[in-house]
Amino acid sequence: MSMTELLAPLQSAMGAWWLPVWTIVKVVVIAVPLIIAVAYLTYAERKVIGWMQVRIGPNRVGPLGLLQPFADTLKMLFKEIVVPSGASRALFFVAPILSLAPALAAWAVIPFTGTLVLSNINAGLLYLLAMSSLGIYGVIIAGWASNSKYAFLGCLRSAAQIVSYEIAMGFALVGVLMAANSLNLSDIVAGQEGGAAHWYVWPLFPLFVVYLVSGIAETNRHPFDVAEGESEIVAGFHVEYSGIMFALFFLAEYMNMILIAALTSTMFLGGWLSPFPILNEVDVFGVHPFGDGMLWLAVKWALVLLIFLWIRATFPRYRYDQIMRLGWKVFIPVTLVWIVFIGAMMQTRYAGLFH
Amino acid sequence: MSFQTFTFYAFATILVFAALRVITTRNPVHAALWLVLSFFTAAGIWLLLQAEFLAIALVLVYVGAVMVLFLFVVMMLDVNFGSMRQHFRSYLPAAAAVGILVFFEMALVILGSAVGPVAGAPAAPAGSNTQALGVLLYVDYVYPFEIAAVVLLVAIVAAIALTHRKRREMKHQDASAQIRARASERVRLVRMPSEKPPV
Repeated sequence: MSMTELLAPLQSAMGAWWLPVWTIVKVVVIAVPLIIAVAYLTYAERKVIGWMQVRIGPNRVGPLGLLQPFADTLKMLFKEIVVPSGASRALFFVAPILSLAPALAAWAVIPFTGTLVLSNINAGLLYLLAMSSLGIYGVIIAGWASNSKYAFLGCLRSAAQIVSYEIAMGFALVGVLMAANSLNLSDIVAGQEGGAAHWYVWPLFPLFVVYLVSGIAETNRHPFDVAEGESEIVAGFHVEYSGIMFALFFLAEYMNMILIAALTSTMFLGGWLSPFPILNEVDVFGVHPFGDGMLWLAVKWALVLLIFLWIRATFPRYRYDQIMRLGWKVFIPVTLVWIVFIGAMMQTRYAGLFH
Repeated sequence: MSFQTFTFYAFATILVFAALRVITTRNPVHAALWLVLSFFTAAGIWLLLQAEFLAIALVLVYVGAVMVLFLFVVMMLDVNFGSMRQHFRSYLPAAAAVGILVFFEMALVILGSAVGPVAGAPAAPAGSNTQALGVLLYVDYVYPFEIAAVVLLVAIVAAIALTHRKRREMKHQDASAQIRARASERVRLVRMPSEKPPV
């Protein structure tokens, strides 16, 4: 008896309200594991950076420090929320929600396997661009509503940075949609079928690098985290936030990191496809554990996230004018040239290499 | 009431309320944010019409870029509300005339087509909305579209050329010169006898 048959009586009982209710159930099924993944990403970050710097990292709470994220969350929950005097109260409370909501909403179109996706819309890539451009409102409003000079400086820096890098990111995605001939994320992955050699990372390599680095800049991560440069403007736009409201900003930042990792693996690294098609034949008691599926997606996310952490542990912070120069004078020209190049190559007999 | 109707009325109510708040709120930053909300809700209503490309483009261009720059400017301005409201009454007759005219024009359009879907409107194209729009823009009307794009580009270049001026007193860094610098050019190692040990 399949899942649809099981749910049929429930569906007929609810009538027109079935679709919204069932969608909310699906949203919860995606969002809850994601939030747990964020918790363990913070743990992984502290551990990995610890090992890179020849330290141990968190190891006190629970076995191997595995309960550390929950201890942190509990601590945040019980802290007082301080609203600065002269702050714009309503906006001060809305800002963390506005930064978290787009980060969550973008997950609606991420395909987990060929059939497992919340909303398989045709304009998926456009929707993602739109959602990632909304995250900036949380930052701007937080900076302005706090009524603090440091927070305001941080929000201005961050706004300029995100607006600049979004252009390079958008152009990198134009290359992907040219290669895939589609804006639908499932179709983009399906276009990379046939092993690691067919992934878009090879024909679009410059765009891949631009996308990954812009992704780091877009999420305000090291080495582009001038928006919260501790040594310059204390903590940037969220300097006035405490307790669980600060935790929401934190959650949004890590959620965006996972989102960028998911998008990079979907668009350039073949999504849920296994790197070697021969692994689809491996048969263990009737199932194909190493074939195309969530396992490979998880491996790819983990690898991209490891690159994020690695970069954070390795590079010093960029100077602000250097960030702007990299975005406008290096990345945007590189993407423009490469888009024209693949467009031209698609008219020659080597077109097959770019599809 | 189907879920779609419910969604439409929810969006419509929010849109009208947000649009009213844009002109009634006292703080310009709040007004800009209400405008963001009304853009976003309008995009939601377009989605109900299955115009997904237009809806997402509205969010991407207006909410994601134009309004961010708007907010940027408004936040940094120190607006004096007293002087802004001074001429409110003297502008009232002109504003009222324009408002009434717009109201009548819209009433004519809406009453002329009656409420409900316009008869004879073409059905939504089969398949991807985005693809249909792409064919229209880049195949059927490619020359007008490209000419419009060039006109826009000329406008951008002209605006920058008119306002840009070289500031001589500013100190600039040449990034490529900085990258090309080698230690041997910057540091001179001098060999000299060590100091005499203290007696």
